[in-house]
This record gives sequence, structure tokens and C-alpha cells, in this order.
Amino acid sequence: MQQDPQRKDGWQEMIYPLLKSAGIKHVVYVPDAGHAKAIDAANVDPDIKSVVLTTEEEGLGYLAGAWLGGERGVLLLQSSGVGNCVNTLALQSIARFPLLMLVTMRGDWAEFNQWQNPMGQATEDVLKLMGVMTWRADKPEEIEHLVRGASTMAFEGDCACAVILGQRLIGEKEW
Amino acid sequence: MVDSNKKTGIDRRDAVKTLLEERGDMLVVTGLGSPSYDVMAAGDHDHNYYLWAAMGSASTLGLGIANTQPNRKVVVITGDGEILMGIGALATIGVQNPTNLSIVVLDNGHYGETGMQLSHAGKGIQLHKIAEACGFHWTAQIEDMAGVKALRDRIHLEASLNFATIKVDPKNKPRVLPPRDGVYIKNRFRASLGYPPN
Repeated sequence: MQQDPQRKDGWQEMIYPLLKSAGIKHVVYVPDAGHAKAIDAANVDPDIKSVVLTTEEEGLGYLAGAWLGGERGVLLLQSSGVGNCVNTLALQSIARFPLLMLVTMRGDWAEFNQWQNPMGQATEDVLKLMGVMTWRADKPEEIEHLVRGASTMAFEGDCACAVILGQRLIGEKEW
Repeated sequence: MVDSNKKTGIDRRDAVKTLLEERGDMLVVTGLGSPSYDVMAAGDHDHNYYLWAAMGSASTLGLGIANTQPNRKVVVITGDGEILMGIGALATIGVQNPTNLSIVVLDNGHYGETGMQLSHAGKGIQLHKIAEACGFHWTAQIEDMAGVKALRDRIHLEASLNFATIKVDPKNKPRVLPPRDGVYIKNRFRASLGYPPN
């Protein structure tokens, strides 16, 4: 991967310790390169239930169930997966289930594959339309306080929260 | 393909009542529509979580509970249309492989809430075969009440990942409405397990 010149290495490694310190016990995900480090860490952590999904909305049901059972989790997904979640987000909205989503962006900056652009450009608006609060990280130094803040508002305030991890942070995909 | 439920006569309310007899500390999730009414008709319970939307999510909600409460039996009671909308979740559940989760589909072969249009199940798709291919330990299509009773006993006695379709009479029953306040049933469910609202 090539990166934005302003980008520092190591942002991916910052995510997992933040999730652990937020008391996360379930990491549910659709595989994604941007989330690869967190997914790998979850898969080998004996204290974490790591759940690979066939489609992102499964994660919304799963995390609601985990909360009913007394535990916290996070949904790791790509911007395209936000589109798959729309109707199911009624669950978080109407029952005020805590929800923490970390969304890696496509169709956002330096996107080679323009087919990613329609959903990428709509991602943040779609989340807001369904009652999910959003914060956007384009630099590594923004990650820690945004993930921590979103975790607080999700799990202490019963809110649906998404941290958007921008393509300038993630870096250009090589083709 | 033709309507595959024409010959079956299991009363869905009788089936659910039998499934939930002496339920102990069983946790129950219901899919939207008639299965929610059927479970409510069998008696409201703090250990029930009723869905009124998020179609396709009953099974994943059940998985989330099963993975956090491994010492309790978790039963998802839903309909054929509801499970079809989230059919990929059966693969997700198969990978997780819990031994305390049972998915019970009250299969009337129709979309009962929307005018009784035939569903894929009603047109011959065998849902339990999909579950079998996804690695569920025990799968069945149940066509009589003896089978329902055996399923109830199996859920309580065996550590297993179960999937059963119960072929029920397609006739709609009078609606028995569970609570619709999602926050209330969420907090009631959590309180029943010893967790505060937040």
C-alpha cells in the first residue's frame, strides 16, 4: 500500500488496545484489509469472541444479543457494509442498544475503483440518517480520542456510534 | 414447485406451548410477526426478547446471547420468511458452533403478515437442509406433535446446535401482541440475568 505522505505508520496497531480498554469482549467483522491487524489480534485472543460474518447486518443482531447477555462488542466493517446495515439499524435506534462501529472507507480519497464511490460518498450521511453518530479520523493522532469517545457514548449512553477511518489514513490501495 | 404445507396440520400455538413447557432458565428470541405472537400467547416472560423489525436478525441475536451465556439454553423461534432474509447467518452460526443454541422455524410456507404469499419454503426449499450444510449438529423437519415434544426434550437434555423446521398449519391465529417498547424488553431481559439497564 502507498500512503498519504502525512500518514504515520502503525495506525492499525492502535485500534485493538483501544477496543480492549473499552471492555470489548466480541469482535464481529466482515474481513477488510484496513481492519486486518485488529481482526488478527481478535482471532488469537482467548478472552475475545471473534465472529466472522457473511454480511454486516448480522453483526447488529449479534451485538444486540451480546448486550442482552451482558457483554460489549464492536462491529468492524468497510463503508460498503454500511449500506447493508440500513434497515437493521432500526434495532439499535428503537431499543437503544449500544453500538460501536469502526468503518474503513472506500470511495473517499484516491479511489482507483470508481464503483466504490457511490456508497463511499453516502456512508456518513446514511449513518446519520439512521441515527448513528459519527466521527471521522483522517490522521493517526485522531484515532485514540475518537475511538475512546465513541466507546463512552455507546456503552455508557446507549447510543449508536461510528468512527469513520478515512482513506487518507488508510492509504491508497495498490492496483 | 407447489405449496408444500397443504397437508400439514400442526397448530403453531400448540407447537410453541409444547416447546416452552417447563422452560427453566431458557432464553428465547422471537422473529417478527406470528412467531412473536405465538410466544406471547404461550405466556410473557422476562427471558423473552421479541423482535418487531430488523427482519432476518432473530438468529444472530440468538447467537450473540448464546455466546455470552454459554450455560443457558437459547432458543430462537422465528418464521420461514424471517430466517430466509438472513439465511447467510446460518453459515456464521455454523462457524461459531455453539452447543446451547436451537433455531426453530415455524414454517407455514407463507408470508402471513403480508397477505399469505407463498414463501421459498412453501415452494419447496428445505431450510433444514441448508442448516445441515452449514454444520448444525442436529437438523430436522418436524411434521407432527410427537416430533415437537421430542425437540423440546432434546433442547433441554442435549448439548447441541439444533435447527428444526416445524411444518405448521398456514392459517393465521388471532394476534397476541407482545410489548413493543424495545428499551423496556431489553432492560427487562438484562435485569432477569442480573445486569443493570446500563
